[in-house]
Amino acid sequence: MYLNWLPENISTHGGEIDSLLRLIYYITLAWFIVTMGAMLGFVLLFRRRDGQRAAYITGEKLSQAAWLLIPAALVLVLDLWIDFRGGDAWAKAKLHVPPSELQVQVTGKQFNWEILYPGPDGQFGTVDDLQIDNELHVVVNKVVGITLKSKDVIHSLFLPNLRLQQNAVPGRKFPAWFQATKTGVFEIPCAELCGFGHSGMVGHLTVHTAEEYDKWVKEQWPSATGDEIPR
Amino acid sequence: MTRMAAVSEQSSLALRGKIAIWWLIASEVMIFGGAVGSYILARAAGPGWSAEAAHLSTSLATINTFVLLTSSMTMAMAFASYQKGDQREVRRFLLLTILLGLAFLGIKAYEYTSHIMEGDVPWSGSFWSFYYALTGLHALHVIAGAIVNFILFLAAGRGLSTGYRIEIAGLYWHFVDIVWIFLFPLLYLSY
Amino acid sequence: MTNPQSVDPIPASVAHIAHGELGFWRTYVFTTDHKTIAKQYLSLGLFMAFVGGYLAYVMRWQLAFPDTSIPGFGFVGPETYNALVTNHGTIMVFFVAMPILLGAFGNFLIPLMIGARDMAFPRLNMLSFWILAVSALLILTSFFVPAGGASAGWTGYAPLSARAEYTGVNWGINLWLLAHALEFASFLMGGVNFLTTAITMRAPGMTFFRLPLVIWQLLTASVIFLLSVGPLISAAVMLLMDRLLGTSFFVPEGGGDPMLWEHLFWFFGHPEVYVILLPGLGAVLEVLAVFSRKPIFGYRWIIYSTLTTGFLSMIVWAHHMFVSGMDPRLVMPFSISTILISVPIALIMFSMILTLWKGSIRLTTPMLWALGFIAMFILGGLTGIVLGSAPVNIQVHGTHFVVAHFHYVLLSVVIFGGFTGLYFWFPKMFGRMMNEPLGRLHFLLTLIFFNLTFFPMHAVGLAGMPRRIANPLQYEFLAAVQPLNVQITIMAMGLIVAQLPFLINFAWSIVAGRKAEPNPWEAATLEWTAPSPPPHGNWGEAIPTVYRGPYEYSPPGVREDYLPQDRALAARSAQEKR
Repeated sequence: MYLNWLPENISTHGGEIDSLLRLIYYITLAWFIVTMGAMLGFVLLFRRRDGQRAAYITGEKLSQAAWLLIPAALVLVLDLWIDFRGGDAWAKAKLHVPPSELQVQVTGKQFNWEILYPGPDGQFGTVDDLQIDNELHVVVNKVVGITLKSKDVIHSLFLPNLRLQQNAVPGRKFPAWFQATKTGVFEIPCAELCGFGHSGMVGHLTVHTAEEYDKWVKEQWPSATGDEIPR
Repeated sequence: MTRMAAVSEQSSLALRGKIAIWWLIASEVMIFGGAVGSYILARAAGPGWSAEAAHLSTSLATINTFVLLTSSMTMAMAFASYQKGDQREVRRFLLLTILLGLAFLGIKAYEYTSHIMEGDVPWSGSFWSFYYALTGLHALHVIAGAIVNFILFLAAGRGLSTGYRIEIAGLYWHFVDIVWIFLFPLLYLSY
Repeated sequence: MTNPQSVDPIPASVAHIAHGELGFWRTYVFTTDHKTIAKQYLSLGLFMAFVGGYLAYVMRWQLAFPDTSIPGFGFVGPETYNALVTNHGTIMVFFVAMPILLGAFGNFLIPLMIGARDMAFPRLNMLSFWILAVSALLILTSFFVPAGGASAGWTGYAPLSARAEYTGVNWGINLWLLAHALEFASFLMGGVNFLTTAITMRAPGMTFFRLPLVIWQLLTASVIFLLSVGPLISAAVMLLMDRLLGTSFFVPEGGGDPMLWEHLFWFFGHPEVYVILLPGLGAVLEVLAVFSRKPIFGYRWIIYSTLTTGFLSMIVWAHHMFVSGMDPRLVMPFSISTILISVPIALIMFSMILTLWKGSIRLTTPMLWALGFIAMFILGGLTGIVLGSAPVNIQVHGTHFVVAHFHYVLLSVVIFGGFTGLYFWFPKMFGRMMNEPLGRLHFLLTLIFFNLTFFPMHAVGLAGMPRRIANPLQYEFLAAVQPLNVQITIMAMGLIVAQLPFLINFAWSIVAGRKAEPNPWEAATLEWTAPSPPPHGNWGEAIPTVYRGPYEYSPPGVREDYLPQDRALAARSAQEKR
């Protein structure tokens, strides 16, 4: 029920993150119910009664300590399971960056996302590079590769619907990637305190269909011919 | 009975002091460890530090190393004198330790001055930032140690039976010496 | 019945400090009595809780009703909001949680529970309090300097914090850093004092494995603090140099590395939360035993778990940095160590619950708070598993999900654990009983409003609301959660108001509460053998001698309901013969 608050996942690697979150949710919910059930149950069952003395149980004997050690071992096993699942999902999201079909450079600067497009020639550092602040345009179903930088302080690129978050650190370049499975317009907040304009530092991601994207490219680079547009 | 009580009172005070100073040293190790660790990592990641490090005077630092090592020795001898009960020797060795500490600081001050005159200030670059931070932090600890030693010197002059504190102050002084033993090669000898 | 106690004449340094003999200043202000110093720490913590709570009130009002004038404050500009957030966190962690749980509980309990007359270094103790007081003064002053108080978050990430032009705040952050330096020095001295006292001044018969668990927790917390604060002290020096001298330790344009600050900060920042956790945990353990009339289940296992937690706490810090850009290959090891730390903590929670099994449970106010702690801490700890899983962390890092998590774990320790201890040891501290009905009301209201405030915050975080946002209405995707934000704010007001019964109870009971006997709770540990409140020197002619562990409740073969630690065995077997 809480998981319904998650923004709709439109990313290819987001499904695994969501299912891991669901797994953790159910495991932790189960633990909460069991421990609270036991605690409340014991409190009700063992209220002070006249003439009745508490039992002298120290938990020193192994047969008694087993009641501690076996649940603790169970916690360990479940933890390790969560971690193994996590290892796979992490590798997919952050370690194995797939080759990208669209590339952009995103530079955080108090208080905007400066988005640099390589233009129809697909190369950065050429005349057709175009910087558009706070507007990230991509095509649906294509892998988008981002080089994330910062001109001043630490920012954090956060795309909730894509299950993507990555700090932008000045002096460094970090790769990020996503592949959107649905079209739409989504906000890009900054998720790391970056100064007095941190609140309200927000860009927009527009995921286009292929035709819409072509139209947008033609609008941005009017002199480009059709064949150069990366698809 | 009273003398035994006094001695056992003293030895328990000595024990408390020693345990306290060891815990203090443990946390100081982490303070310097954090700073030195940052220096090592930063230096490993960035080139060009050796050129700056060459500006340092290895000979002055070598002299300073001997100065501090000798002061550790005189500090140990001050404690040995206390154990022998020779109060005048205690004062003599404490004074020597203080003077050697001041000599260290003096040489350091001369180094700082000559660097600054050449334009190598803390904000001249990463190497200099770390150099001043590390040696500055260390120098503050030398000053603190010298002040403590001076207090003990005065107390020894008045014949107060607080000699066991020399051992505790000695532990701290040896620690300050050891930090220098690490800083010396890391700053002066690695290029 | 005569107990052969060790004759330990009150040392001369303590003997003449009969109450009132030294005059007002040396009795109440520049005191070296650990119990008075504990009350000073408690007063400082409670006062700063007002300040921190006020900052929270302003923040929450701004979040619920952005860009309106907040009653009792005015309009909140963007830089102001950042200063509110920063100082709320800094004050609550360093000037409320630590002074109360370590300064007050530690100072009050350690000598009394180990059977010592005072701390090993009473004057150092006094100095450490006053240094903290000056530190608090610096933080409060920082609000009033031009450009206001520190605004780079309690985490102070660089380069935002390293150059005044990035925040516009100059002396606010410098004072914040100086306050930290003093506060670290204060707690370092305190930690050394705690450890030395417990190692060298235990009463005869008080072996380490007869120490009450709260003492073990305080000692472990002290060790963790001593060993983890060093790198942040260096970092604070370096950050001050960056700000004041123009060096570039953390500024890339000058060759520095912002991520170095993150590592140094969190290397301390994570163990710090365990420094806060352990004493609160300890208070709960003491109360559970007393009001179940049962030994703590698994005394040794708890000690081993505590030590393991302490060790593990030093190797999990980068779980705050999963999306920081650090090498992604480093992430999984930290994710594993983070998730592993739940094992010893879980064991302690199981032990707490099992202590209730077949007990004879009295639901006094301290016991209610202790049970509340168990529930709230387990809930908070479980959301930690969500955060500790690296891929899930990608989605929830930097959102209000984190805020919900740490408020659950921190407040369960500081509020539930803190009030457990405060209500329990109040009779010993002040010589009077608190009012039970008011205490229960305080508990119930706090429990309700605490959950109504922070539980919905998980949803707000899952929806993607980032931290340190002054105005949620600036984001279209957050429109759906704004009703939750409003609800949280209103419930938070309720939480604040719910503390009124406590304030009334506390103040009234100190002056007019029913006088307390030495051992109103029939507890077995040594502090209850001293008068309520204990005099200077804690006991009269002789300090207690210890014959058994701290939790001999409902012992078999003995008619009494419990055996105090200092009750001699000879008397016990004499009783059995009768």
